[in-house]
Formats: sequence, C-alpha cells, structure tokens
Amino acid sequence: MSLTLLLAQLLNGLQYGVLLFLLAAGLTLVFGIMSFVNLAHGSLYMLGAYAGALAYAATGSFVIAVAAAMAAALAIGLLLEVTIVSRLYRRDHLDHVLATFGLVMFFNELVRIVWGPQPLFVQVPEALSGTVQVFGFGYPAYRFAILAVGLLVAAGSYWLIHKTRVGMLIRAGAQNPQLVGALGVNIGLLNALLFGVGAMLAGLAGAMAGPLLSVQSGMGEPVLITTLVVIVIGGIGSVSGALYAALLVGVVDTLGRVLLPLLLRQVAERSVADAAGPALASMLVYLLMALVLALRPQGLFPARRV
Amino acid sequence: MNPRTLRAAALAATLATSAGVTSAATIGFVAPLSGPQALVGQDQVDGFMLAVEQLGGKLGGQPATVLKEDDQLKPEIGQQIVRKLIDKDKVDAIVGLSFSNVLMGSLPRLAESGVVAIATNAGPSPIAGAQCKANVFSMAWQNDGAAEAMGKYAQDRGLKRVYLMAPNYQAGKDMLAGFKRHYKGQVVDEVYTQINQPDYSAEIAQLQAAAPDAVFVFYPGGMGINFVKQMSQAGLMGKLPLYSVFTVDGTTLPSLREAAAGAVSGAMYDASLDNPENRKFVAAFEARFKRTPSLYAAAGYDAANMLDLALRKAGGDASKLAAAVKAAGSEFKAVRGPFQFGRNNMPVQNYYAFGTARDGSKVVTKLIGTPLAAHADSYAAQCNLP
Repeated sequence: MSLTLLLAQLLNGLQYGVLLFLLAAGLTLVFGIMSFVNLAHGSLYMLGAYAGALAYAATGSFVIAVAAAMAAALAIGLLLEVTIVSRLYRRDHLDHVLATFGLVMFFNELVRIVWGPQPLFVQVPEALSGTVQVFGFGYPAYRFAILAVGLLVAAGSYWLIHKTRVGMLIRAGAQNPQLVGALGVNIGLLNALLFGVGAMLAGLAGAMAGPLLSVQSGMGEPVLITTLVVIVIGGIGSVSGALYAALLVGVVDTLGRVLLPLLLRQVAERSVADAAGPALASMLVYLLMALVLALRPQGLFPARRV
Repeated sequence: MNPRTLRAAALAATLATSAGVTSAATIGFVAPLSGPQALVGQDQVDGFMLAVEQLGGKLGGQPATVLKEDDQLKPEIGQQIVRKLIDKDKVDAIVGLSFSNVLMGSLPRLAESGVVAIATNAGPSPIAGAQCKANVFSMAWQNDGAAEAMGKYAQDRGLKRVYLMAPNYQAGKDMLAGFKRHYKGQVVDEVYTQINQPDYSAEIAQLQAAAPDAVFVFYPGGMGINFVKQMSQAGLMGKLPLYSVFTVDGTTLPSLREAAAGAVSGAMYDASLDNPENRKFVAAFEARFKRTPSLYAAAGYDAANMLDLALRKAGGDASKLAAAVKAAGSEFKAVRGPFQFGRNNMPVQNYYAFGTARDGSKVVTKLIGTPLAAHADSYAAQCNLP
C-alpha cells in the first residue's frame, strides 16, 4: 500500500475518532462523576440525529439543524435526568443498566412509531458537499468539518474543565463526589448540568453523523458499544483520556480493517484470509480494551483520584 | 393486534356476515416488523394487504383473515410463530417468512405439516436444491438471481476489472459468488466488511486507490444508505460505476435521492417497470401508502394475487393447494412481468438492470436492460420434485 493511501486512512481514522469523542466525552463524565452507567446515551445520539434531520428539512440551514439537535438533546437529557436518572444514582449499576436499557428500547420504538421504519433523508450541506484534494486523494470536505467540530469541542471542554469554576467542581466531583457535596456545593444541580451537557454533545454527534449515516431507529447502539470501549481505554471520568482513546480507537479500527486482511493474505490462503480478516479486524478494538484492562485497569489516561 | 390487522379482520367479519358465508381463508403473514429491517417487512405486508383490499377483503372468493406476526428477524421466534400458526390458528397458508435464516429455521415444521408456505423475501440455495419441498414456494427470487444478473450485465458491458464488496456473512458471500457466475473478467479485490458497519471511509479509500472499471456491492438496508452516501461524498458516484443488489431500491432511495444518481441495480422488480398490472399497482400503492412500492411490496402484492387464484383452483381442498399454487404461478398476472414456478418451486423470471438518474430535481429509476430473461436458478437440478 502506498504512503499516500496510508495517510488518507490515518485521516479517516482520526475523523472517526473525533466522532467517537463527541459521544465519549459526555458518557465518561456521567460515568466518572455520578458513577452512572447510561446505556441510553446512544438514544440521545439518535434523537439528536432525528432532530437535526427534521430541522434541516424544515429550514434548509445546516447550522440551525445542528443547533436544534443540540437543544433537543439537551432538553431531553435534562428531562431524563430529573424524571428518571436522578432517582437511580444511589442504586447499583445493575439497576442503571436495566433502566437505561429500557429507555433504549422505549426510544427506538418511539422513533419507529412516530417517523416509521424508513430512514430519514439528510443531505450534506451544499457548501461542504465537495471533496478536498489531500495526498492526491479526493477527501470529502464534510469529513474535515467533522474533524474541525470535534477538535473545537475538545478545546472547549479543555477550557471548561481546566479554566472555569464549574470545571474545577467537575474535576473535584470526579475525584471525590461526597467531599464536594459536604463542602456545600449543590451536587444535584452539577449532576443535572453534566448530564445535560453530555446529552447535548451526543445530540451534536448525531446531527453531524446525519449526512454520513442512515438516520433510523436503532442507529445509536452500534456506536454506543464502541464508545464504551473508548471510555474504558481512556480511563473513566477523564475527558482528555476520552479524546486520546477515541482517536486511538478510531485509528486502530480503521487501519485494522484495511491492513489486517492484507497482512493475513501474506500468510494464509486467500479464502481463509478474506473470511478471517474482517472478523479479526472487528475484534481488534475489543482486544485493545482487554489488553488495557489487563495491564492498566484504571485506563490509559485516568482522572487522578485522591 | 395492531390497528391494521384489526381493520382487516373487521372488514372480513362484516363481509362474512353480510354474505352469509361460513367458510373463510386464514392466512398467516410472518415478517420482520420491528428492528432495522422493519421497513422490508412492512412493505411486504402493505403490498399483500393492498391486494386483499382490492379483492374486496377476500382471497379465493372467501373472506380473508390475515394474521400478521413479527419474527424480529430471529429464527427461533420465526419457528415459534410458524408452529403457532399451523397448530393453533390452523391457517390455510403462510406468507412472508422473512429472511433466509428465518425461513430455514421454520422449514422442518413447514415440510412436516404440508401447509402451503409462500416466501416473499427469500429463496435460499438449500431450498432451491436438495432440500426443496412440494409445499414451500418462493414468490420473491432465488437468492443468487439478482447478483447473477449484475454479473451478466457487467460481462455484457465488457468490463475488465471489477471490485466486489459485501458484509461478512453468508448472504454476502452468496451474492459475490452469484456475481462471479456469469462475470468472467478480473476481480480486482473481494472485500468483506463487518455486518452493520456504519462507516466505510477506509474501504472507500482502498476502492478509490484500486481504480477498477466498476464496483459491485451488496449492502442491504441501512448499510447501503451509509455506503452509497459516503461513496457519493467521496466524489466517486458518476465517476466509478456502482453496480448493486438490494442496496439502491424502493426502500433506500427516498433516503438517498441525489446521492444514488448513477447507480445500477439488479432486481426482479422496480416501480418503473412498464406493464398494465404494474401501473395499476404503483398508482394504488402510492395513493394508499403515500410512497413508491419497493420490490418487497411487489413480492407481497404478487403473492396475494397468486394465492387468490390458487385458492379458487383448489376449491377449499387443502390437499390440492400446493399443486394449485404451482399452476397459479404461471397463470396469474404478476406486476414484475413473466413469472412461473420452476421444478424446485423457485421463481423462473426476468432479472432486470435498473439505472438511477437525475431528472430535474427528482431522482428516477428506469429499466436499462434485462440481463437474464426467464431465468431459472442453477440449483434446480439438485431438487428431486417431479
């Protein structure tokens, strides 16, 4: 494989990683600070994609669509927090999983009942519909936009977490929530805020994924599983860890899909390599996770605990 | 019971009382009605029910009750449903039967019971070959047919280098094997991707670098939408010919629109087919459901009309129904054009090539060739039915 192709694939991996980061950032904070396992995070991503698609179709403006998706996901996230999630914080993880898995099924069916099984149509915004020549390759301009948005969110969350008072409380909460509560901080409000922001980022990811992917019921689950892998590798509760791990998972998954079948063909029969290659490639990120769990169970870039 | 079943049942009940008839046709309809493939199942049901409505709520002249069941695309659930329909509901026939894996799971019970089964979405090679059954029919296709047609079409067009892609499971491998049956040129590469993979950027970059004459893909449902959208965004649509089966069809086109312009699809049906039966069907379907019928809807519609004729022929004798279905296959007017059942109860039919093109602001499909006419599958020889 040529070097330029390898570079193009690296770019693909980074872009996939950035999309994963948008989901992982919220999930890892909710998991890390509130110790809450939220399987419905994928549903918020789906609802964001739907809100974005509908707003885009109604207004014709992609910027409004993205804003609408974020607003809708924020609102639904806050509603969920107040009505359901906040009642579950003190229960154990099994209850979290049961309740949020129920929400996944509820939202998938709700979406199917309201908008039907037909995937929604979402166009790439006109201004970003072309390709950009990089390394002699036509690379979709829209994917650069995703990269830019993802990196912007990463920079924004770095600023929020490291430079603001709210960020300080978030960091403190990630390390010792009881103590933060004991110091008179309204931890309930902080939790609701965090859950809402996480939901909003999931909505943003959904809206950004809309023009690339099929917007349909159940679209959140495959990506949720990869996101869980990301936060385990990155270290639960660590946003910067989520960023590095998301990029790592994106690149490993992309290059694995491309290179593994090629490598296997060198050592095995063509038919065997063709069958085993994709199967092994799909396992690669899970193997990576298993390796991380075996060697560094706290994750590669954990939030420091006292 | 969902509202539509209820309505159909109520319609049937009123017709039965008003006409004073006591006998009735009970049909079980098995399809995936939830989950990612729900659209494919719903289209089959809608096509079937439209025909029943047009027949005045009757099949074979008797008030029809259609029991709709969701197999969730799980063979074990499909098996339970089929068992229930046969043992408890005592249905006259079972239609739909979902995807190949679900149909294969139900096959032993179907064969044992002798109840007529008409698949509207599958024609797996075992049932086309050695495991063929006198009472199990496919109103859809033998699974390889459309892919064989695309291979033949690529061969006829003189393509020298074709790149093949499919998800890494049995149907994906069957489709690529089907393509290669009539295509004799060079296969540049054969790429298998993960099932339900959302992002194809890596594979598309490889494809772009390989620079083949054309790419042939099998990506059903959401996978196809993802793949075609992403291929279009990479600027490849229009430059690199895309040949596909079950990827760009009536169910995915509304979500793809311009992104699919330039794609060539192999199928036994598309709404653009020009014959009197189809024009009537498309108009009625669009009026009733506000969308264009897909090949799945057409298979359901044809199944109902064929079954209507078969039930008349059998005259209420369940033991004669299988033979009546076989005969009715070549007599009724299918919306897809010429049709009959082969020796293995698989369709002998045309497999067409359809092109997708921009027409002003709309994207339309049109017939661009019939690579395989009155095509019988290659497994029939292994079937020992008379």
